Amino acid sequence: MQRRFFEYVDELSRTLRGKEVLLASYDGEESDFVRFNRSAIRQPGSVMQQYVTLELIDGRRHAKAATTVTGQADDDRAALKAMLVELRAQLPHVPDDPYLLYATEVHNTEQIARSTLPDSGAALDKVLAAGQGRDMVGLYAAGGIYGGFANSLGQKNWYASHSFCLEWCFYHQADKAVKARYAGLAWDDGAFARKVADATSQLEVLQRPAKTIAPGGYRVFLTPAAMVEIASMLAWSGFGLKDHRTKNTSLLKMIEGHSTLAPAITVRENVREGLGANFTGEGFVKAPVVMMIENGRYKDCLVSPRSSAEYGVPVNAGWEYPSSFEMGAGDLDEADVLARLDTGVYVNTLWYLNYSDRPAGRITGMTRFATFWVEGGRVTAPLNVMRFDETYYRILGTNLLALTRQRDFIPATDTYQARSTSSHRLPGALIDDFQFTL
Amino acid sequence: MPTSLESRLRNAMPAGVDFASVRYLRQEDEVVSVRQDVPQPLARGVEAGAMITVVIGGALGYAATCDLSDSGLKDAARRALKWAKLSAGRAVTDFSKIPWPQESGRYVGPEEKPWAALSLDAKFDLMTAESKRLKVDPRVVDWQVSLWHTALDSLYLTSGGGAIEQRFHFLAPDLRVTANEGDQTQTRSLEARAACRQGGLEVIDQVGLHLHGPRVAREAVELLSADNCPTGEMDLILAPDQMVLQVHESIGHPLELDRILGDERNYAGTSFVTMDMLGTYRYGSELLNITFDPTRPGQLASYGWDDEGRRAEKTFIIRRGVLERPLGGTVSQARAGKCGVANARASGWNRPPIDRMANINLEPGESTLESMIAQTARGVYMQTNCSWSIDDSRNKFQFGCEWGRLIENGKLTKLVKNCNYRGISATFWRSLAGVGSAAEVGVMGTPNCGKGEPNQMARVAHACPPARFAGVQVFGGA
Repeated sequence: MQRRFFEYVDELSRTLRGKEVLLASYDGEESDFVRFNRSAIRQPGSVMQQYVTLELIDGRRHAKAATTVTGQADDDRAALKAMLVELRAQLPHVPDDPYLLYATEVHNTEQIARSTLPDSGAALDKVLAAGQGRDMVGLYAAGGIYGGFANSLGQKNWYASHSFCLEWCFYHQADKAVKARYAGLAWDDGAFARKVADATSQLEVLQRPAKTIAPGGYRVFLTPAAMVEIASMLAWSGFGLKDHRTKNTSLLKMIEGHSTLAPAITVRENVREGLGANFTGEGFVKAPVVMMIENGRYKDCLVSPRSSAEYGVPVNAGWEYPSSFEMGAGDLDEADVLARLDTGVYVNTLWYLNYSDRPAGRITGMTRFATFWVEGGRVTAPLNVMRFDETYYRILGTNLLALTRQRDFIPATDTYQARSTSSHRLPGALIDDFQFTL
Repeated sequence: MPTSLESRLRNAMPAGVDFASVRYLRQEDEVVSVRQDVPQPLARGVEAGAMITVVIGGALGYAATCDLSDSGLKDAARRALKWAKLSAGRAVTDFSKIPWPQESGRYVGPEEKPWAALSLDAKFDLMTAESKRLKVDPRVVDWQVSLWHTALDSLYLTSGGGAIEQRFHFLAPDLRVTANEGDQTQTRSLEARAACRQGGLEVIDQVGLHLHGPRVAREAVELLSADNCPTGEMDLILAPDQMVLQVHESIGHPLELDRILGDERNYAGTSFVTMDMLGTYRYGSELLNITFDPTRPGQLASYGWDDEGRRAEKTFIIRRGVLERPLGGTVSQARAGKCGVANARASGWNRPPIDRMANINLEPGESTLESMIAQTARGVYMQTNCSWSIDDSRNKFQFGCEWGRLIENGKLTKLVKNCNYRGISATFWRSLAGVGSAAEVGVMGTPNCGKGEPNQMARVAHACPPARFAGVQVFGGA
């Protein structure tokens, strides 16, 4: 589709009038989705989807529309041509946009990975074999993801990746389960077997009688997977320039109240080491790295083209939300986690976080899969789910005891509208006096 | 729907299988938005695609495509058949034994004033005029007004000759204002984006977009100097724009049969409700009457048939506090051996149907907001959801509201901010102590309820009066 998309844009560009400028984006995927429940197949299928977005600009006026395209060249040419005519007809009816900004310098890029994916049928056999004799539930998603940008100024960008992600649970009973993920570009039987073995060993602990703790403060260890939920909350209005300028940021106390996090906390948007495209829908190339929090102090925001025009700050991102979230490592070795935790809660997964008081950075959420009670540095029992209520300034500030030296790279498994290319690289965190409330 | 398209879609279904269906959707979206009196870029989208489902040898497979050419549809049918054959003997149930509906019919949702009846210029003028009423104080730092319109046409064909055509128009007006002073920020909105319904431009008047802007803005400013919500156990009265969230999270989701069957355990979660509770479990007090009602005109998730072709009917789910049946569509009903409802729904052409709550409504009671306040010695009256969190069994929850007012000795007194409360679904509804009247019902919904693997955002809705709960843990901000 790469060649054809660029051809369409070139052809449409030749029909532009006067000082019109055309921006065009392509988003497509060919995905297999196999859903499992109780170690059997619930819903297997595949999705082929392709969208093209055209934006016609004339002076300060612009009109944008997206459409599905079929992949049939004649049909798509005609549809896109008709869409351009519609956009031109709309322009007189839209007001001038003071915050319109698009790239006028040409930066061509190409990030193309060839597929080394396994046949989905073969993967299916392996997943079902791993679930044999167990209660397995989950999703296998695999296939190609494609993105493109081109404009009438001659810029061309293309992105193609081919990945798979198996995210699954082994259930013991009721809500007691182990969550695991095996994702990558090529299937490795040995790596998958190790993931299954790890999950199975945790499953054995879940068979012990579950413990219920009273609300109160406890020492906890959050695994990197649990830290994804904390990072996702930080990302929700934490780092965007617009959220900062309109005082909607959940890190308001860092900006207005001069609060800080622990010096160990450094947070970056690291597009260079992420999985997604490095260009925006307006033709800008994203900054490879944006330092958002450095040694516990707020540093830079993510700046979209629109905010750039509104607030006069250079563009460094497409959306004002991290897509390649990275937190710096600490000095706690993974092997020492249980000993340092001593007595407390080992949290493998957090779930359904939200704000109790957003400007104060106060959040709530639940423990979920494979959360354990630890005594004397040994896992003794699975823990029944608990609700917490905490603030960033305690868990990543005054009460942060250590971050792990090792970090996990965790690709996002979201599949809303399309398969996500976001990712997190995070350490685990040892935290004192973590407040459970219910 | 053009006859030629229907004919081509029907021809795409493979022969010689136990069952096949094709579900076609065409959707047009347009968002007109003004922020800080500046018109935002017009956002438009058109998408069309089809999903072919095949059942053969007891197994099911699907394939979705936006290539609606004959060759594209044929390829999708081939892929769906491949998946069904790969699943043979390894599926969660014998899909060939499911009594797949084969109905035919047509449903057209309401649209009194078509979206196109107002020009684009006029829509921007309308939003700009509303926006200009919102900067009521220097402390207002951000404000936005928008209209999101969706027109959706669907056609569902089955190998047994069924043909269901449905047409919907959705309008989601939104209005929100943010005020700030130092490290205090407060946001008020028009029903937290829940003021959405089926219909055309008439929805703007139905939800009172013209009426509420300056009030919403003033309240955002007033909250800056309000005290935090008190902490403690007290009575709680929830306005309809919080009741919709309460019903959604702690009744709608736990009763979805696919959760009870375990399909969602890897993602959205399981349910504290188990099969043995159906028909006997005391979910709430005698005042709790919950219906599944996709037949209510204009509600966001109304329809004639679900996405597996089952006809929609109003059904009691909880009557006088006792759980009668779960929310499960044709496939889940067959798997569970239980009665259900017509609620197998897909978020679009590229996602398969799963159990969805659709319109889940709290039937009105005999109280009024005024009488419930008068009966409350000490409590809080909360409006408008702003935070939601609940465990994966849909039991332990914590919800937050934008605005609250103390109730002291039967009267509303001072304004409070950062209002939160916690509870446990299994016991919370038993503390239901009052339900407002039919005249006080708020009809609301959300276009973005997330669930399913692969993930799906669906439209769901709730019509609720205000309600009073006794002895709830409430608390305020940091």
